[in-house]
Amino acid sequence: MYFSDDTLEASRRLSEKWQAEVATTLKTIPDRKNRFSTVSDLDIQRLYTPEDLKDADYARDIGAPGEFPYLRGNQATGYRGRLWTFRMFSGMGAAQDTNARWRMLLREGQTGLSTAFDFPTLMGYDSDSPRALGEVGKCGVAIDTLEDFLALIDGIPLDQVTTSMTINPPATVLWAMYCAAADIKGVPLAKIGGTTQNDMLKEFIAQKTFMCPPEPSVKLISDTVEFGVEYVPRWNPISISGYHIREAGATAVQELAFTLRDGIEYVEDVIRRKKIDIDDFAPRLSFFFNAHIDFFEEIGKLRAARRMWAKIMRDRFGAKNPRSLWLRFHTQTAGCSLTAQQPYNNVVRTAVEALAAVLGGTQSLHTNSLDEVLCLPSDHAVEVALRTQQILAEETGVANTIDPLAGSYFVETLTNEIEAQAWDYIEKIDAMGGMIAAIEKGFPQLEIADAAYKFQRQIDAAEKVMVGVNKYVTDNQQAVPLVEIDEKVGEEQIRRLKDIRRRRNSRAVSQSLADIRAACRNGTNVMPFCIAAVKNLATEQEICDVYRDVYGEYRDPGLF
Amino acid sequence: MSERKLRVMVAKPGLDGHDRGARVLARCFRDAGFEVIYTGCHQTPEQVAAAAIQEDVDLVGLSCLSGAHRVLFPRVVELLREKNASDIIVIGGGIIPEQDAQMLYDAGIRAIFTPGASLDSIVDWIRANVPGRA
Repeated sequence: MYFSDDTLEASRRLSEKWQAEVATTLKTIPDRKNRFSTVSDLDIQRLYTPEDLKDADYARDIGAPGEFPYLRGNQATGYRGRLWTFRMFSGMGAAQDTNARWRMLLREGQTGLSTAFDFPTLMGYDSDSPRALGEVGKCGVAIDTLEDFLALIDGIPLDQVTTSMTINPPATVLWAMYCAAADIKGVPLAKIGGTTQNDMLKEFIAQKTFMCPPEPSVKLISDTVEFGVEYVPRWNPISISGYHIREAGATAVQELAFTLRDGIEYVEDVIRRKKIDIDDFAPRLSFFFNAHIDFFEEIGKLRAARRMWAKIMRDRFGAKNPRSLWLRFHTQTAGCSLTAQQPYNNVVRTAVEALAAVLGGTQSLHTNSLDEVLCLPSDHAVEVALRTQQILAEETGVANTIDPLAGSYFVETLTNEIEAQAWDYIEKIDAMGGMIAAIEKGFPQLEIADAAYKFQRQIDAAEKVMVGVNKYVTDNQQAVPLVEIDEKVGEEQIRRLKDIRRRRNSRAVSQSLADIRAACRNGTNVMPFCIAAVKNLATEQEICDVYRDVYGEYRDPGLF
Repeated sequence: MSERKLRVMVAKPGLDGHDRGARVLARCFRDAGFEVIYTGCHQTPEQVAAAAIQEDVDLVGLSCLSGAHRVLFPRVVELLREKNASDIIVIGGGIIPEQDAQMLYDAGIRAIFTPGASLDSIVDWIRANVPGRA
């Protein structure tokens, strides 16, 4: 028991007294609204007391940091030993442009890199593909070949800085470029560290960057997991992501449940292949969550996530290594909570969200820039966003003690409620036959669409407030300078690509693409062949076209 | 003769997968009593124009959040014009900087809706500006 009978009795007695007081007060001061709820629409009570935690067991449900169920964090010393990594997601224009931004961020105290690729790169198309029309370098950096990649990482010490790459269908190709680049620079694969997002299930569910159907997509992911365990032990081959699920309109519970269920699906596939054991690869699985605007809901979600994953790994998969039970995660503040109206207000939103991520125990954090709702972030805006993290880390004292909100009647109750609702979803998806089957039914997609639609209606009806959008609206807009990517960036990129095609050894390229095709057909691991192919300057799309050809293409079913 | 329901197509040209707004609008148009076709993500302008003609829609709503609207939106209008389907009204929305709006209007996009536009304001615009055909 968490509370003694005496405490619970006292709590009941005091609550009764308090309720009488409330009834009196409401006669003169009625509540501001009929219902108080989170941004995800969870009901919030007027007060939480020990009675809400009467069934809690301290050792079983809360425990110590660094101990099962890891509610209070993976590390015994929390942030006192090591702060979270300041990792700003960035990418724009050509490789050189992004390299310059990276160097600026490292100079200003950033501690890890994170790559934003443009849409053609994300979708496995070269810059000169007709599909790339108008998109080259716009939403991130354009990478077609290893030469672009080498320009991207120029001057970056790959054995010292860890790099995250938001790349999904072509993750094998971009990771192969990273490995090949390390090799060329003389850095052993065992020394490089970083993360490939490489989470296809959430693409079908939410982010919609897809190429091949779900099953072969998961096969390629399992290839990277096995390759990593053997050759690149400091790499996180997957970042199982709730971020995009949330941005697509999911509730906090949906984000949590769908993300963990995606994780289960990946683990099951690797186990099914019987090449490595759960404790060989589970410590390298990483996660990525959203930090939305509802402060306590997010903290509850992140704490629940850690406890749930520990239970899943121990009880469902029989993992023994404590590190297999750790849910290590990156967090990004919520892009969808920002407003184009009065954009400077976004600095405040981001700071509050970042604080929630820190109090939730994140290992790594991206803070959105105030102008990200309008365009790629400017140098100035990105610096303010980075400084927001540095102020939280160095000035506010919030990293002084571990999991400071533990034991709060409200926070623990909310954590429990979010967890219970997320288990319901996981059971439902298990009953459908797993996440791929659920995706084929459109289940997570439509659950999210329902939540997104409901939220928009609540905004339009002013039941939920966004400052500057449906309340405190002003015509006096705060103008911010917009970063624009010149159309010339695309033309220049295409010129470079054509030049590479002309001077590379085309016979070697054809041979290495044939090797990848054979690996796809006979089920061998594609990674070594991808590394060989990118070294021969095969383009990203040439390799992805092999995947499309062998595995087929997935088309958006357009559910709404 | 009773007027048929308005037929509206919501389309996502380009490679951008940010479809939250498009799907919310598709649902809103359905609730407003329109017949709705949603293309899904990753459509080329050619696919959008061909689908609009084939489905005989009264209006196409284009959504783009990647910055590629400057190229993709005018291209859809141009293709409809080439195929003698300029009676199909084209509107657009997404992350569209104010300074791009005039260029899009000049290219034949009839209305631009940006963040903060309420669902009702978009439905009202359609009711007021799309005559529908018998």
